[in-house]
Amino acid sequence: MLSRVADSLYWTSRYLERAEHTVRMVDINLGLMLDKSQVSVERRWQRVLAALGTPHDLEWNDDVYSLVYTLCFDGSQPASVTACIYGARENARQIREEISSEQWQRLNRLFHDISRLKPPSPSDTQLSEFLPALIDGVHLFQGVTDTTLSHGEGWQFLQVGRFLERASATAKLLDIYHRDVFSQADESVDAYEYLEWIGLLRTCTAFEAYCKVYTADLTYERIIEFLLLDPEFPHSIRYSIDRLHQSLDAIQSEGRGLHAAELMRVSGKLKASLAYAQIAEILAQDPGRYMRRILDQCRLIHDLIYEVYIQYSVQTALAM
Amino acid sequence: MSTTLLRDEFDNPLLREYLLDGAFDEMFASDGAIRPHYEDLLRVLSSLPREELKRRKQSADVSFLMQGITFTVYGREEGTERIFPYDLVPRLVTSEDWDRIERGLTQRITALNLFLHDVYHDGKILAQGVIPREIVYSCQHFRRQMRGLQVPRNVYVAVAGTDLLRLNSGEFVVLEDNLRVPSGVSYMLTNRRVMKRTLPHLFRSYGVRPIEHYTQVLLSTLRSIAPEGRPEPTIVLLTPGVYNSAYFEHTFLARQMGIELVEGRDLVIHDNIVYMRTTAGLKRVDVIYRRVDDDFIDPLAYRSNSILGAAGLFNAYRAGNVTLANAFGTGVADDKALYAYVPAIIRYYLNEDPILNNVETYLMTEKSQRQHALENLDKLVVKAVGESGGYGMLIGPHSCAADREEFRRRIEAHPRNYIAQPTLDFSRSPCLQEDGSIEPRHVDLRPYILYGDKVTIVPGGLTRVALRKGSLVVNSSQGGGSKDTWVLS
Repeated sequence: MLSRVADSLYWTSRYLERAEHTVRMVDINLGLMLDKSQVSVERRWQRVLAALGTPHDLEWNDDVYSLVYTLCFDGSQPASVTACIYGARENARQIREEISSEQWQRLNRLFHDISRLKPPSPSDTQLSEFLPALIDGVHLFQGVTDTTLSHGEGWQFLQVGRFLERASATAKLLDIYHRDVFSQADESVDAYEYLEWIGLLRTCTAFEAYCKVYTADLTYERIIEFLLLDPEFPHSIRYSIDRLHQSLDAIQSEGRGLHAAELMRVSGKLKASLAYAQIAEILAQDPGRYMRRILDQCRLIHDLIYEVYIQYSVQTALAM
Repeated sequence: MSTTLLRDEFDNPLLREYLLDGAFDEMFASDGAIRPHYEDLLRVLSSLPREELKRRKQSADVSFLMQGITFTVYGREEGTERIFPYDLVPRLVTSEDWDRIERGLTQRITALNLFLHDVYHDGKILAQGVIPREIVYSCQHFRRQMRGLQVPRNVYVAVAGTDLLRLNSGEFVVLEDNLRVPSGVSYMLTNRRVMKRTLPHLFRSYGVRPIEHYTQVLLSTLRSIAPEGRPEPTIVLLTPGVYNSAYFEHTFLARQMGIELVEGRDLVIHDNIVYMRTTAGLKRVDVIYRRVDDDFIDPLAYRSNSILGAAGLFNAYRAGNVTLANAFGTGVADDKALYAYVPAIIRYYLNEDPILNNVETYLMTEKSQRQHALENLDKLVVKAVGESGGYGMLIGPHSCAADREEFRRRIEAHPRNYIAQPTLDFSRSPCLQEDGSIEPRHVDLRPYILYGDKVTIVPGGLTRVALRKGSLVVNSSQGGGSKDTWVLS
C-alpha cells in the first residue's frame, strides 16, 4: 500500500471519530443544560471546550447557541464537526480507488447532508434532529466499512486511526472530569452530581453498558474503572488500545522488514500496562497524571507510525 | 428556412419545439421522417409521462452526485465540484456508421504513431518535403529530448480520444486528435451504467454493443508496452492530484484496473529506477499511465517549479527502465497546424486514402490561405494551435468587430500560432429539456482508441452536447454536457 494512502486512511477515520465524539459531547451537554443544575452554564461549556483540547480562537462568550453553532458548523474552525467531516472526506477523496464505492457514497452523503442541513442561524430547534443524524451517518460509514472493504492493510489503518483517536479523546475527557467533577465528590451522591456522571457515561455511550456491569449504582471509582479498564466495552481506553495494538500487529506482519520494533514495543507496553492496572492503585496515586501519560503514549505511537510507514527516509528504505 | 413541422410526429407534444433546419438531425431526416433506428426510442419516450421522465432524470443526477462523479470548476471558491451535466436521451449510432469510424480511426492512429517514430528518428517525411520542417520544429510540443529514443513496440500514442463531428451531409469528419492526455472516458463508462438503470427495457431492446471491457483492454495495452525483461510489470496511474479537474476519472480508472493511483510525491527515482513509497518499503514501477502533461512530469527535465512530477523520471525513461504512456512529445502530432497534414501522413506511411476526412483548415503560415482567412474572419473559426478546451478561439459569426481586429493583429504577429476553419454546422441530437420536452442540440463524438500490441476501439464514446440552445461549444468547461452513445449491432 502506498504510504500516502495509508496516511489518508488513517486520517479519514481519525477525523470521523473526532466528529462523532464532538457531536455527542455537544448533544449530551445541551441536554444536561435543560435540567436545573449546580454547574453553571459557563463552567459546563468551558469543560466541553477543555475536553475537546481547548481549540484555538474559540472562547466562551456567554452564548451557548453561538458556541454550539461554531462547534458544529464553522468550517473555518478546525475543531468543528464540519471541518472534521470535510477533512475526512478530503482524505477519502484522495484515495477514492482504495476504499469501496459504498464507503465513499456514505461519506459523500454525510458531507452533503451537513452542508444542506446547516441552519441559517444558531438556534436549538433543528439541532436536536441534526446531531443524532450526524452520528448515524458516521455509524453507517463504519458499518459499510466493515462489510464492504477487505479486512486487509487498508482496513487496519482505518482501525488504527479510529482507536487511537478514541483512546486519546477518552483519556482527555477523564482527565478533565477528574479535575472538574470528581475532585469535589464525597461519598454521598446527590441528584445533581448523578446527572453529571450520567452525562460523562453517555458521552462515551457507556451508560447502559455500565449498568449491565455495575447496575445503576454510580460511583466515582467504578465509572473511572469502567471507562479506563473495561476489557469489553468498545469505548473504554483499554479496549481501544487493545484494538489499536492488534491492528498495528496485523500491519507489521505484512510489512517486509521495516523497523516496526519500537512502535510495537510502545503500543505493546501501553496495552500490557492497562491490562494489569488496578483501579485502586491508580486512584491512590494521581489519576490525572495517569491519563496524561496515556495521552503522551498515544502521541508517541502516532509519531512512530509516521516514522515507520509514512515518512521514512529513502536512504533507510534503499538499504534494506 | 427553419421549420418545426414533422410529418407524423406533428401531434406529439414532446416535440412541439423541435427545430429542423439545414443541420443534420440524428433523429429525423431532412424531410421530417424519423430515422428507423430512432423509432423505438421515440415511442418509449413518448409513452412515459413527462413527470416520470423528469423523475428519472433527477434520480440519475442524484446518483452522479452521490457517487462523486464530478469535475472541478476552476476559479471558484464555493461549489468547486459539479456533476457533469448529463442528458437522458441516448445518441444512437448505426453499425454501418460505426464500422466506418472504427476503420478510419484505426488507420489514423496507426499512421500517427508511424509519423511520431519517424519524426523522432530519421525524419524521412521531413526530408522528402511532405511536411515542412518548420511546422514540426516550431511546435511547442516537439521534444528534442526524444530524438533517437527507442520506445517499446514503437508505441507513442497508446491512448487517444479523437473528436468527430457529423456534417450536414451525414459524413463523420475528424475535428481534432487528442494524443497527449485525453480525458472523458470515465464519463462514457458511468453514463452507460446510469443509463442501464434509468431506461433498462429500452436498452435491452436495442441490442447495444457493450463497452465495459474498456478498462481491461487499457490494462493489457499498458502491459504490452512494458520495458523488456519485466514479464510481470507493475503498472501505475500518475495523477496531478485531487485538485485536477479529471481527478474523478483517474481514481475511477485506477480502481477499475486494480492498479495504484500515484502522485509525483509517491515516486522516488534512484539509479534511474522508479520506485513508489509503500508501507512495506520502496516498490519498483515499470509502466506509468500518466495523466500529467509533458511539461510537469519531471522538474529536472522540464518546468523546474513543477511539484506534480518526480525528479529524475525523464532520465529513468531515457534509460529504458520505465515506460510512459503516452510517450513524451506526442503533442507534436495533435498540433492544430499539423492536423492539416494528417491526410498526407496517412497517404505517406500507409499508401491509403484517409477513410475519415479532416475539416477544411487554413494554415496562417501559408500566405494565400492567411489572406483568405483574414478577409473572411466573420465567417471562420480561428483557433490557437496550443490551446484546448474551447479556450483561445474566435467564432467569426458570433464575434464583434473588436474581437476580429484583435485576432487579425495576433495572426499577423504570430501566424504559426493560429489556424482557421469554416464555421461548421454539425449534427444535432434530441435532448431532454427542463420542462420535459425534447429539443435538438449540437453534439460531437469522442471515441477512445487504444494502441498497444493491437488496436482496440470500444464501440461507443463520449457524446458531448452543447446544452444551450443554438450553442456550438460542447466543452464541459463552457457549459457542455454529455449523453450515452449506443452503437447498435
